[in-house]
Parts: sequence; C-alpha cells; structure tokens
Amino acid sequence: MFFFLFSFDSLICILLGISFTVWFTLLLVFIIVPAIFGVSLGIRKLYMKTLLKIFKWATLRIERGAKEKNHLLYKPYTNGIIAKEPMSLEEEIREIRRSVSSKDLSSPEFEMSDIFYFCRKGVESIMDDEVTKRFSPEELESWNLLTRSNYNFQHISLRLTVLWGLGLLIRYCFLLPLRVTLAFTGVGLLVVGTTMVGILPNGRFKNFLSEKVHLMCYRICVRALTAIITYHDSENKPKNGGICVANHTSPIDVIILASDGCYAMVGQVHGGLMGIIQRSMVKACPHIWFERSEVKDRNLVAKRLSDHVEDKTKLPILIFPEGTCINNTSVMMFKKGSFEIGTTMYPVAIKYDPRFGDAFWNSSKFGMVSYLLRMMSSWAIVCSVWYLPPVTREEGEDAVQFANRVKSAIARQGGLVDLLWDGGLKREKVKGTFKEEQQKLYSKMLVGNPEDRSRS
Amino acid sequence: MGCNGSTLAKIHNLDELILETGFSSSHICRLYDRFHALDKDDKGSLNRSDFQNISELAVNPLGDRIINAFFPDGMDLIDFNSFVRILARFRPVDQNPKKEPNAPEPINSRVNKLKFAFQLYDQDKDGKISKNELLQVLRMMLGVQVTEEQLESITDRTIQEADLDGDNAISFKEFKKSLDKVDIEHKMSIRFLR
Repeated sequence: MFFFLFSFDSLICILLGISFTVWFTLLLVFIIVPAIFGVSLGIRKLYMKTLLKIFKWATLRIERGAKEKNHLLYKPYTNGIIAKEPMSLEEEIREIRRSVSSKDLSSPEFEMSDIFYFCRKGVESIMDDEVTKRFSPEELESWNLLTRSNYNFQHISLRLTVLWGLGLLIRYCFLLPLRVTLAFTGVGLLVVGTTMVGILPNGRFKNFLSEKVHLMCYRICVRALTAIITYHDSENKPKNGGICVANHTSPIDVIILASDGCYAMVGQVHGGLMGIIQRSMVKACPHIWFERSEVKDRNLVAKRLSDHVEDKTKLPILIFPEGTCINNTSVMMFKKGSFEIGTTMYPVAIKYDPRFGDAFWNSSKFGMVSYLLRMMSSWAIVCSVWYLPPVTREEGEDAVQFANRVKSAIARQGGLVDLLWDGGLKREKVKGTFKEEQQKLYSKMLVGNPEDRSRS
Repeated sequence: MGCNGSTLAKIHNLDELILETGFSSSHICRLYDRFHALDKDDKGSLNRSDFQNISELAVNPLGDRIINAFFPDGMDLIDFNSFVRILARFRPVDQNPKKEPNAPEPINSRVNKLKFAFQLYDQDKDGKISKNELLQVLRMMLGVQVTEEQLESITDRTIQEADLDGDNAISFKEFKKSLDKVDIEHKMSIRFLR
C-alpha cells in the first residue's frame, strides 16, 4: 500500500514536471521568441476571427430566444436615447416667436415664450447628456459572452449557457495564468534589461540596445494582454524632438504605443513596483519623471518638456492631453500645456474594439490591480492605431485653438465624438462661468451687442 | 442594467406608471438606467447635487429653476416614479387621442406643459407671476449682460402686454392666453429614439 502511494506521488511529480516543461517550452517558442524578434505567428488573428463567429452566433441565438419567449430585447444606444434638434439658440427662439405674433421680428424684445427653449434644453440634458455617459464603459450591441457586458442574458438555451460556461473556464483557467506569467516575464525582463543597459557609457550603442530592450519587453506585455493591434500610416511615426499626443482610454495605451516605437514617458514618480520600473527605465534612456511637488508648478513642467524636445538625440515625448481616462466613444478637452511648447506635434488616434473586452479604466470603480485582472480575463484587447501627419502651430493660432484642431483631427480619424467638455468633469462639477456663454448669446438677441448699445 | 425581466420587476407599480405617463416599458427602462447613472451613490433616489452634476444642466441659465421643478413641496429627494412622472410632461402629444368625456387630463397635455413652464416663473406658487418674479427670471437668463434699467423696462412692457385684469401680475390664465399661438406641443416635447 505504502509502496503504491509512494510511487503514485512521484508519478504525479514527474507528470507535473513534464507538463511544466512542455508549458514553458510552448510559451517560449510560440510567444516569447517571436516577441523578441518582433515577428507575429498569426495565432492571435486566427483567435480573433473564431471569437467573432462565436459572438455572432450567440447574439442571433439570444435574439431568436427572446422572440420565441416574447421578451423585449434591450438595444443600447451610444449616441443618445432622445432626438435632439441641432438648432442654435437664436434659431430656435426665433422659431418659437414666429408663431406668437406677426410683429417685426428684427426688433429685439423679450417674449414669455423664450423660456421654452431653456426649459426644454434643460430637461433634455436631464434625460440624456453628452458628458455623463463618457465615464462608464461603452454599451455593446451584441453579446460577447462576458457576464459584465450582458444585458439580456437569461437562460435562453442550454447551448448558450454551456458556451458561456466554457468561455469562463477557458478565460480564467487557461488564458489568465498564461497571461500573468507573460506579464511577469515582460516586466522582469524590462527591469533587468534596462538596468544592464544602464551600465554602458552613453552613446549610440547604448541607445540602440535600450531601444531593443524596451521594444522586446513591451511586445511581451502586449502578448500578455493578448492585444491585437493594427497600426495605420506608420510613415507618420513620431520622430525625435517632437511630442506625441493621443486620446486616453486606459494605462494600456502606453504599452500599445511603446511596442511599436520608442518614446520618452512623462509621469509622476511612484513608490513600490512602479517606482522600481521607473528608476530602471530611466537608466537606459531619459524619461521625464516628476516629483509630486513639481507637478503643480506649471512653468517647471513646461521647462523640462521644452529642454527635452530641444535635444534632438532624445526620444519623442508621449503625452495624453485629456488628463484622464475617457471611455473611447469621444475625445474630451485637450489641456493646452503641451501645446504651448512650440514643437512638432504628432497626433495619434487609438480606437479599441469593445467586442473583445472593454479597455476603459474607470478609476473610481476599480483599482489598478483589479483593472489589470479584468483585462487579462477578457477575450482580447483589439485596437487600431492611426498615426496622423505631424502638425505645428500656425500663425495667429493660440495654444487652445491649436489643441482643439489636433483634437478634432484625432476624433475624426478614430470615429469618436469631438467634445469641448473637460475630462476633469469626471470628478468635479462644471465651473459656473460657463453659464455666461448662454447668457451672452441670449442677451445679444434681446439688447444687441454692447458696442451697439453704447453708440445709441 | 438593461431591460430584462428582473429590471422591470424592480420598478414599483410599473403598469400604473405606464398607464399614467403613456411611456412604453422600453422607454421606462431607459429612464431607469438613466436614473441610476445619475445616482452615483446608489441611494435609490436623486438629490439636487446629482442633478447639478449634469454639466449641460449646470450651464443652463435656468438650470436651478428646472431642478427645483423636480423637488416640489420642499422635498430633498426624488424617487424613480416621481422622476418619470415629471419627465412624462415632455412626452410628445398623442396625435389622435381617444377623447373620453370624463377622462383626466393626460399628463403631457398642452395645459400641463404650460403649467410646467409657469412654475419656473412663479416661485412662491401663488398662481401669479409678479413683477419681481419676472425680473428674477430675466436676470437669470441674461446674467450681467444687461443693465438694471433695461431689465426693468423689459419687465414692465411684458407685464403690460400680458396683464389683462390690471393687477400688475400675470395669472396662469393670462399666461396661457398670451401663448395661445405658440407651438408648445412641439417646443416642449422630447421624443425618444424608438
């Protein structure tokens, strides 16, 4: 009996040992080695195609099931739930007045009916406004077998439930451990590699090696998230001495961009693991890390950034001017700080495909670790990156106008809604001074421009 | 989130609500999602602060007055059913209403839309818009862009035109009469996309 158990034990050990070795070899051959050389075996694209087919089937099945049971199917609308008139304040108020009286419309006078415009606009914004929905994950029109994005799932068919269960198993028991292993490998290699490169004296060889190390590790991280990225217009990739600006959806944006090119990162100095990574990265090539106290001093920040861009041997800076994570359906106000520096800007548009996993980081709901776990237990992160042609500030254009111009270009390319609202509204209320805009518009209708008044 | 059976079950008196407001169950579902998106602390009800968080409402000159319309009788919290009932006033008017002789006024009738607008003016709820109340609303809509004298003259003229019984204030009847020709059904209606 004893003998039996003993040999059984060692049998298990041997089996575990073999499977571990097999596991690691497969990992190495199929994932890490291609990552090091920047080669893709096409496994991820195949995976994506298969998933899409399954999702389509699942959605059709739900629709059919709902019809049979006579349930109402909920179709989410990203673009709003109510019909809004695209008329300006002036046009609408004139239209209201037209029906009131046949008085001379050009005489600016107050009508009791003017209030209807503001009233309706106000209630419209209560029912549906442009800003609130930008800070929660985008709603999907079809189901992607993840419970978190599911609105209509009731037990419709056995096959669907089994599929969902299978998906759960695959994601948590196979994909998640695989990805976590890769992530640790990637980060570990980054720290070790950059520290080693840091020992070398400054010069072209060091820059060359540092580039290779950075790219390799970011590519491993990309595979750790199963990110399937399509880069467009790579001829416009940012060059030294410029600033790269992109829309911000999650911290993963950095990994996505940095696996295709080398950038100088900008950010606050952290403690802990992040701090270790930051310190070792800066040994290999110059990044810009700010102490917490320095962040408040806008002049200091601007000076360090401009010093960096003037040195043409240093890498392009990567900045996210929105200042916070937005849910990838829109682009919100770009802060003008980086647009005042006066160098070439390289706009980049990043658009995620939410069917495979929503990359938006809702920092008020999830911490960094739970966010990463969610990312690693989604199907995949699929996104498109467009490198837009470089732009510089034109004559007579101030920083705000320049920022808005770049923002519109990014929004247009990525198919995102271009909003003027500040991303900071995620956490704060809007400033009361914006009310003045509406008041000015309305008063112009009633009493004309201030200049006219002083003349008469 | 979403409109399955479990969501609908959470709404109290759903059938009553549908009957009273005329919204379909999918509209009420969407409003339910909206209510909860605004209710960031998951209280189950909304307070004034939740409304003030809506950026587009906060920059509306009459924003505060509109918010007050949702909190009648000095209450500080509004639940979902009351929320829907107030929004129901902005439902587009039915094209071919079945007019039963003793049926109550539908919640989105022309008169009720006018009453909503009237309460934005009539703060003390005495049924009349006094000169002072009109001045206040004008001040809100115009801010610091006009002078006190201009405001006074606009107010005086408006009251002169609308006031029919000479009490220097505008009653609801006079308000209704002065807006007789305005296309309120259109201008005070909000249509759901499907």
